[in-house]
Amino acid sequence: MTVISTPAEAPKVPAAPRKNRSSGAQRRAVALFIAPFGLLFLAFYAIPIIYAIVQSLLTVEREGTFGKPRQVFGGFVQYEQVFQNTAFWESVGRVLLFGVVQVPIMLGLALLFALLLDSPLLKGKKFFRLAFFAPYAVPGVIAAIMWGFLYSPSLSPFGAVTSNIDFLSGNLVLWAIANIVTWVYVGYNMLIIYSSLLAIPTEIYEAARLDGASNLQIAWRIKIPLVIPAIILTAVFSIIGTLQLLAEPQTLRSFSSAINSTFTPNLAVYTTASVPNYNLAAAFSVVLALATFILSFIFLKSTQRKVSQ
Amino acid sequence: MSRSAAMLIMGVFTLYFLTPIWWLLTTSTKTGGEITSTAPLWFTADSLGTFFGNLGRLFTYGDGLFGRWLLNSALYAGVGALIGTIIAAMCGYALAKYEFRGREAIFNIVLSGVLVPATALALPLFLIFSRVELTNTMWAVFLPSLVSPFGVYLARIYAAASVPGELLEAARLDGSGEIRTFFTVSTRLMAPALVTIFLFQFVAIWNNFFLPLIMLRDQALFPVTLGLYAWNSQISQIPELRSLVIVGALVSILPLIIAFLALQRFWSSGLGAGGVK
Repeated sequence: MTVISTPAEAPKVPAAPRKNRSSGAQRRAVALFIAPFGLLFLAFYAIPIIYAIVQSLLTVEREGTFGKPRQVFGGFVQYEQVFQNTAFWESVGRVLLFGVVQVPIMLGLALLFALLLDSPLLKGKKFFRLAFFAPYAVPGVIAAIMWGFLYSPSLSPFGAVTSNIDFLSGNLVLWAIANIVTWVYVGYNMLIIYSSLLAIPTEIYEAARLDGASNLQIAWRIKIPLVIPAIILTAVFSIIGTLQLLAEPQTLRSFSSAINSTFTPNLAVYTTASVPNYNLAAAFSVVLALATFILSFIFLKSTQRKVSQ
Repeated sequence: MSRSAAMLIMGVFTLYFLTPIWWLLTTSTKTGGEITSTAPLWFTADSLGTFFGNLGRLFTYGDGLFGRWLLNSALYAGVGALIGTIIAAMCGYALAKYEFRGREAIFNIVLSGVLVPATALALPLFLIFSRVELTNTMWAVFLPSLVSPFGVYLARIYAAASVPGELLEAARLDGSGEIRTFFTVSTRLMAPALVTIFLFQFVAIWNNFFLPLIMLRDQALFPVTLGLYAWNSQISQIPELRSLVIVGALVSILPLIIAFLALQRFWSSGLGAGGVK
């Protein structure tokens, strides 16, 4: 593929074909190409975000206890509530702990597998590639149902383990979820890193080998530095995924009583919205989206600086 | 690292990745009682018969709800990803191949859209849809799924690298309109990226949980994941649902596995586009 063979060029989108005159037909075409996505983006991304912000600034007032509710501008009342809500912040802490442990393990494994797939050591690469990627075809809900059974002492094929260790109890259940997420996404991340390994021109390795570099040195000194952009991409998606955790914990609730209704920030949003307290739920959503955005952004910026140094 | 150590690592992890799926397969061939009483990772004497029995019950239970759910998922994810891919490709292509005012601004807005978690959008979407009385309809799940900022990002990178400007100039000289050139020439060059965008959007919609969870009340509109989730949460009241959930889970992951296998040639070459920055 052209993209793969010219990794350095990919980010800089080459200038559009030079035109002496900006033709009206071309301008009309651009408008036509962009309009469908632009309108949908506006309707289902931009407007909902604005709407959520507006809702989060409103508050419900009642005339007396049973009076008709009406919405009035409440300023940052909802946000004060968000910051005072200990259950919500506990859930944020929980997913951050989850992310700090799970994301490095998952990406470390993905990198290891990608390097092994790219090395001359392995036979049957195609089989491994497919076997490791297969769990990605299992939706989070289904994966959680499946692992829920596998963790259950009475049903598990690993009864010897599960009857001694209750993966669905107390603090362990967080790591039981980490295992499910890792199981689903390792292969996907492995493939992204592997494709960018394939994009490295092989002459580099030949040169290194002539200089007497071992496979390990080539992996450490050449391959890993060159696939760092791919690793950053997978890391950003993993951070977003971590803060979004919902399907797995929500599904496992039918297997484990250790997961309460505010186990993850998104579960807290869902619970608050079904009370229903839409204004508070909207404030939760805004805080969460902002946190995700800031975390991803900080990660992108700090790693980019390191890469360019 | 030695050859055998490498093979050992990969072998152990193959077991890790495939055992749960294997368990799902063997357990689908058992009756409710056999699940606990027989060897968990192997078949029974009458596996095939029981499997078809389970399958029959799966598709007839609750007036054939499960078949309905599969169709819904195919509609949400299949049609949604198809239209979404075309829309994203058009936008990404325009951003890559034309110079116009506001191009970078648009691209940056789309890029920041990639970072907005879909679940954070679900609740405001629910509030908006309930105003216009679209909640609990197929549109509520279908329409938002059409938007894929990541698809635009991939399409832009890929179009920039694989559609030469000279070719577009040549097409212009031949008198081909911009739109026609896009659909007849450019999309062909962008094919691997289009398949990748389609597959990833397909998976994203197929796996989306929060949006249908809060939008839909009517079980007949559920996608298959939400349906199985609903059954799974009723197991304690209706134990017979357990074997249906298991065989249903198996059936529900087959379409994705088949899609990935069939389109492997395309997406594995297009996948690199996202990782290269």
